[in-house]
Amino acid sequence: MAKDTTLIQMKDISKSYDGEIVLDEFDLNIRENEFITLLGPSGCGKTTTLRILGGFTKPDTGRVIFEGTDITDMPANKRPLNTVFQKYSLFPHMNVAENIAFGLRISGKSESYINDKIKYALKLVNLAGYENRAVTSLSGGQQQRIAIARAIVNEPRVLLLDEPLGALDLKLRQEMQYELIRLKNELGITFVYTHDQEEALTMSDTVVVMNKGYIQQMGTPEQIYNEPENAFVADFIGDSNIFDGIMIEDRVVEICVHKFPCVDEGFGRNKPVDVVIRPEDIIIDKPGRGVIDGVVTSNVFIGVHYEMCVDAGGSEWLCQNTRSFPVGTEVSLNVDPENIQIMNKPQSEDEEAISLEEVLGEELKEE
Amino acid sequence: MKKLFSAPFIFFILAGTLIPMGVVAYYGLTDRTGAFTAENILAVFSGDHMKALMLSLLLSLIATLLCLLIAFPLALILKDSRLGKQGFMIFIFILPMWMNFVLRTMAWQVLLEKNGMLGFLGIINTPVAVVLGMVYDYLPFMVLPVYNAMIRIDDSLIEAAYDLGASKNTVLSKVILPLTVPGIVSGITMVFVPSLTTFAISNMLGGGKVNLIGNIIEQEFTTASNWNLGSGLSLVMMVFIVISMAFMGKFDKNGEGTMI
Repeated sequence: MAKDTTLIQMKDISKSYDGEIVLDEFDLNIRENEFITLLGPSGCGKTTTLRILGGFTKPDTGRVIFEGTDITDMPANKRPLNTVFQKYSLFPHMNVAENIAFGLRISGKSESYINDKIKYALKLVNLAGYENRAVTSLSGGQQQRIAIARAIVNEPRVLLLDEPLGALDLKLRQEMQYELIRLKNELGITFVYTHDQEEALTMSDTVVVMNKGYIQQMGTPEQIYNEPENAFVADFIGDSNIFDGIMIEDRVVEICVHKFPCVDEGFGRNKPVDVVIRPEDIIIDKPGRGVIDGVVTSNVFIGVHYEMCVDAGGSEWLCQNTRSFPVGTEVSLNVDPENIQIMNKPQSEDEEAISLEEVLGEELKEE
Repeated sequence: MKKLFSAPFIFFILAGTLIPMGVVAYYGLTDRTGAFTAENILAVFSGDHMKALMLSLLLSLIATLLCLLIAFPLALILKDSRLGKQGFMIFIFILPMWMNFVLRTMAWQVLLEKNGMLGFLGIINTPVAVVLGMVYDYLPFMVLPVYNAMIRIDDSLIEAAYDLGASKNTVLSKVILPLTVPGIVSGITMVFVPSLTTFAISNMLGGGKVNLIGNIIEQEFTTASNWNLGSGLSLVMMVFIVISMAFMGKFDKNGEGTMI
């Protein structure tokens, strides 16, 4: 687990490209020995954050402090960090061993030291014996691991990984996730990792959900999943039902003109709120037994459970259950009070910028 | 069917390349009476011919080297500049290539002659002027393949090198230069071969005082009317060209040189 000493501080970082703001007064503390994941859709500023850390992009304002030293203006080749690039970026004119040795040769290490390091690194990434292979002959996953090996032989204090699994297929991605966790534990260095999908949750000590240059929420994977701070986080991490609700009074919320007991207090009376309910938390019961009645409109088997849509008086509820309720079944839905997440609606301009409607609108535009 | 479609191509190859080459080979290997002889080939070893060949080799090597020395940094600048990415700068450099090269060489003749703007240099009718002409005429053939090879280098490779601690010079020598080699080899071939065989440049800027092997061959076909000797010497030159092409084919697998 991460220690509590801060290794890197990013303070007030702003960056814009051609007038478009990518990072806006961004603050981030990275602790020693932490596996921190920057998570967000493309264009959220996570890659820019990583490039500022690596020294490839200069922030317009703000400072990057590494162990008390200001490294904002330090060029990339002097920084005690190494990057694993999204496109692997292995040197095509060198073989595997030469690629791994690149950084070591520059720092003037002895050939015997370099050879030991190459062997050690290849073993670490499970590619022992690949020294003389041409990098162009390797598969994507293998190239990825060579890129990691090339970075870690330099014994960086921090390893920056820019969507390292993005180009891999699902199976490889899962394997590499476990490898990364193992590497992090064996090497005892800080990993900063970006990803655009929720699966990155599993391996992180800390997850930073980003959108439009702002941090939406920062916390452990459990916190992010179970207590999303706003509708964007809830929607981005896992499946969720997001409803417009009204907080009638403490511990009572109205969703689709039905009152649900909940555990939240202090929102005031008759206050409009966002309500998030995870599909697996919805209890499906016989008609009349739950709070809200409806009809199953679709049913898809997705492995461990069935994913069903229930139409309840015009509102659609996404439910997951290990029991199957065929399309057309009349059911009644209920939710345990502690599984109802109440969130304030975005109000200020900054918050407005991250509201879900806008996010969805953007996605539609991109498509 | 497939064979039928390739018929025009085969016809042109036959009529435009193979048959003329056969004719050159026939003339080169026979004397005026039509009897076989190796004399026309061996004539290259005679004093005047050898001297011209050596001078041709020397001047074209110098011209190739100069082109490379100019083109490499130029390609680096073009690669980094915004303009280079939009292709405008490279367009400017290629622009003269679309003008007839005899005209371009003539322009230098006018500039360099005694009463010309650059007459004070006094290099007209010397090998220096011929090299200048070669560099000027063939520089685009070096810039383009080198530039093409260079822009293919992914920026992230250069960033990766910096990330691993490389200095600017190391990035240049260990990453950019080796990855530009195919383009450099193409460029070398494409400057060297026409420089080696040119006669127009040496005619115009050498004023008959700089005799290259190209001039000798030309004279055999025109003033001396000795087609056999001209063909024999041409066959010798062809050996050099084939060597250059083989050299290029070995290094330039991506065909940067074919992108002009």
